[in-house]
Amino acid sequence: MNRELYGKLVFELSRQGRRGYRLPDNHIPDNFTPADDTVPEIPDNLLRRDALTLPECDELTVVRHYNNMSTNNFGVDTGFYPLGSCTMKYNPKINEEMATHRAFTRTHPAAPQQDVQGNLKLYHTLQTYLSEIGGMAEFTLNPFAGAHGELTGLMVIRAYHDSRNDRQRRKVIVPDSAHGTNPASAAVAGLEVVEVKSRPDGTVDVDDLRPLLDETVAAVMMTNPNTLGLFERNIPEIARLAHEAGALMYYDGANLNPMLGIARPGDMGFDVMHINLHKTFSTPHGGGGPGSGPVGVRAGLEQFLPLPRVEKIEAPDGGEAYRLVTESTEALGAVSATLGNFAVQARALAYILSLGSEGLMQVGPLATLNANYIKESLKDDYLLPIEGVCKHEFVFDGLRDKSTGVTTLNIAKRLLDHGYHAPTIYFPLLFHESLMIEPTETESKETLDSFIEVMHDIAREARETPDVVLTAPHNTPIAHPDDTAAALNPVTTFTL
Amino acid sequence: MHRYFPHTAGEIEQMLARCGVSKIADLYSDVPPQLMLAEPYRLPAEMSETEVREFFDTLADMNRPLKACFAGGGFYDHYTPAVASSIASRSEFLTAYTPYQPEISQGTLQYIFEYQTMMSRLTGLEISNASMYDGATATAEAMMMAVAAGRKKRRVLVSATINPAVRAVVDTYARFHGVEIETVKETDGVTDLTDLARLLDAHNDVAGVIMPQPNFYGIVENLDGVADMVHAKKALLIMNCVAADLATLRTPGEWGADIACGDAQSLGIPLSYGGPYLGYLCATKALMRKMPGRIVGATTDGEGRRCFVLTLQAREQHIRREKATSNICSNQGLMTLFVAVCMSLLGTAGLREAAYRGHQTACYLLDSLLKAGRCRLRFPDKPFLNEFLLETEVDVDMLISRCMEQGILPGIKLGENLLLMAATEMQTREDVDRLTAIYKSLC
Repeated sequence: MNRELYGKLVFELSRQGRRGYRLPDNHIPDNFTPADDTVPEIPDNLLRRDALTLPECDELTVVRHYNNMSTNNFGVDTGFYPLGSCTMKYNPKINEEMATHRAFTRTHPAAPQQDVQGNLKLYHTLQTYLSEIGGMAEFTLNPFAGAHGELTGLMVIRAYHDSRNDRQRRKVIVPDSAHGTNPASAAVAGLEVVEVKSRPDGTVDVDDLRPLLDETVAAVMMTNPNTLGLFERNIPEIARLAHEAGALMYYDGANLNPMLGIARPGDMGFDVMHINLHKTFSTPHGGGGPGSGPVGVRAGLEQFLPLPRVEKIEAPDGGEAYRLVTESTEALGAVSATLGNFAVQARALAYILSLGSEGLMQVGPLATLNANYIKESLKDDYLLPIEGVCKHEFVFDGLRDKSTGVTTLNIAKRLLDHGYHAPTIYFPLLFHESLMIEPTETESKETLDSFIEVMHDIAREARETPDVVLTAPHNTPIAHPDDTAAALNPVTTFTL
Repeated sequence: MHRYFPHTAGEIEQMLARCGVSKIADLYSDVPPQLMLAEPYRLPAEMSETEVREFFDTLADMNRPLKACFAGGGFYDHYTPAVASSIASRSEFLTAYTPYQPEISQGTLQYIFEYQTMMSRLTGLEISNASMYDGATATAEAMMMAVAAGRKKRRVLVSATINPAVRAVVDTYARFHGVEIETVKETDGVTDLTDLARLLDAHNDVAGVIMPQPNFYGIVENLDGVADMVHAKKALLIMNCVAADLATLRTPGEWGADIACGDAQSLGIPLSYGGPYLGYLCATKALMRKMPGRIVGATTDGEGRRCFVLTLQAREQHIRREKATSNICSNQGLMTLFVAVCMSLLGTAGLREAAYRGHQTACYLLDSLLKAGRCRLRFPDKPFLNEFLLETEVDVDMLISRCMEQGILPGIKLGENLLLMAATEMQTREDVDRLTAIYKSLC
């Protein structure tokens, strides 16, 4: 990463009269005019009057601008990204090549189904593979992101209860350690959130849960392992209690990575789940998307999945064919205009094929090994609030030595100086100084060792020269941006 | 080990020793044994890159190559500069997370700020967020914004002329979110404004009105007086617009709309069978704190340098949880870079030239078909930019399949005799002539 700020905006590079395009010639003569009255004129009052000011740049200026801008950015390809709950694993390059194949990019979503059988087969193949991995009967790949998957999954659950005329079920039980999207998704789906407490060991308190389970509960929504990186070992019991009370179990797949090769949400008793393809299945995060949040359901709930669905059928010649299901009275409706982020789905399929069954079986164990290795190497300097094995991630509650005045935020910023992305900070909300670390399976021992060494160095600095940590970062393109000014007087567009 | 996994057997031994266990399975001692997978996944074996390519090539061969696309319906075959794909595939952009650490994310933050500025100028509204998923979900979010801004009001009116795929998503969100949707009638292919007035009079709980521009049939609607009518009832006017068309058409800002939303695919994103595309959402400054999703703001750093940060985060799900304005977290980040690059290259002149050429080709297409006969414009006196609804006596299914044999997608069938046809700067006179020849052969 270039530590010198580039900082220019494209508007500042614009010079009147420059251009960066040439459109293809459509060979229609400029003097072509349609026969009289065949084409109605667009009246002036329906046309734009305000001038539109966009940049006027030649091609190289634009290329240099964005390339220079990119050098102030940190990505997985730049360095270690131990961002908890985000699963910043390596994004294989072959996936990009497959997703940008012209045979896929040059297809319109309204194309006749017989002309896009390859696309439909791709979709169906991936949904079948995800079903095997999740232990589910069918997946929809339509949701665009994890939170969109949560929303879709909760809609499936409501559609299920409604189909049974069980309409008073309007509550979703969510642990206090849940991702912020869980309660937000529940609210958007018209459900009321009820929090269940965690025990001191970080897992859901079954005794606290039991009295909450009644005929008004639609679902219990859980992340397993949870956001502390701990496996909810009482999950069979929790699922049994929920099902006895008539509720369904929802699995937030944000933390699915350590379960690959170990256990399947379907076998744990979950009825509905989502997967973040941009986490577990290696599709790039793209600075905040596009992601993909497929939703899987156990047998008996398929009919509630959103439309369109893709179905495998027998072709007239006896071979296989695929078709779109666009109508159903039981489906929850549509959550997208199309089949979702298709090119992201293509990347995930390429990843599954590249790893194969054996490779996928190793993902979880290696991710978990890496996390435990860091945890055990750092718990002398950092406060580990809950002892024991973790899964793919774990949470420190800041430094052990609380006398230095150095906070989690300071540690995060000091890591930037050393060429690491910061861990997730101040989440989960169970501790004051949460520092959540997730290394993923694609990081080497050398990388982990260097990170561990830097973390120890920061702890030592905190004791010996705290100022250097308190005033970090010192070596980044910018430092100490004024967030308060940004929020008090928001400037969200460029003006001269 | 697989090529994506770096550890050697020796390293794993050392790491296990540090963890105080003898095998990796010991790290899963908390997983009940009955839950453990008994056998490997029933999935294909590991493939080399060559085999992965072959797998995808086989799928690719099952798609019919598309040479000329006259299908629109909200998604159009526009010119994509090579630069856009090249820049968007830069690792520093592609493999970054959401820019929560502004010190090492100025690249991402800067392009989102540029995108927000461009979208704000395009729509004529002050505020743009950092993207939604697609045009349909952006419209559903706009509906929820109106309901949130309208406090106790829970009714939203939607024009019958909106894209049915958008309407379907709005309906889904509305049903679960407890919003009452009512349809404003269509007359002669456009929103019936008398019916709109009637509905606004009939109800006291209208939070918003959603109008498309151009509408699903490609018609540019005259919305004179609509904003006043809607605002008189203290409701919000939401316009669902094809983004690229706003370089030419009167903008939501000029019409007096409060929110503009829709798909920005038309600004240069490849068709890719439906995604990733880019939902945009813009609004007046008054609605800034009701906006869902991320917003980038400018500020200065400790040394006084201009820089960019995610701002107004108090609206968002990670802070507000169940009280958030929306549950959106990941959006379509990288696609904002894609369209920012496209707009930087095309500029105003390029967008307007593309719209002009699309209009010209659409006119030539319509003219050719009318001359061939047995068809007419479904709504003859209504103006369109680059898309129109053809009513024809020719068998539409047959026309589509004959055209596809030559790699031409002639449009979208909307009914027994109805074909929705669109043109952009990408189709040529020769494409139109080939389509017309096939049409004539079926006459």
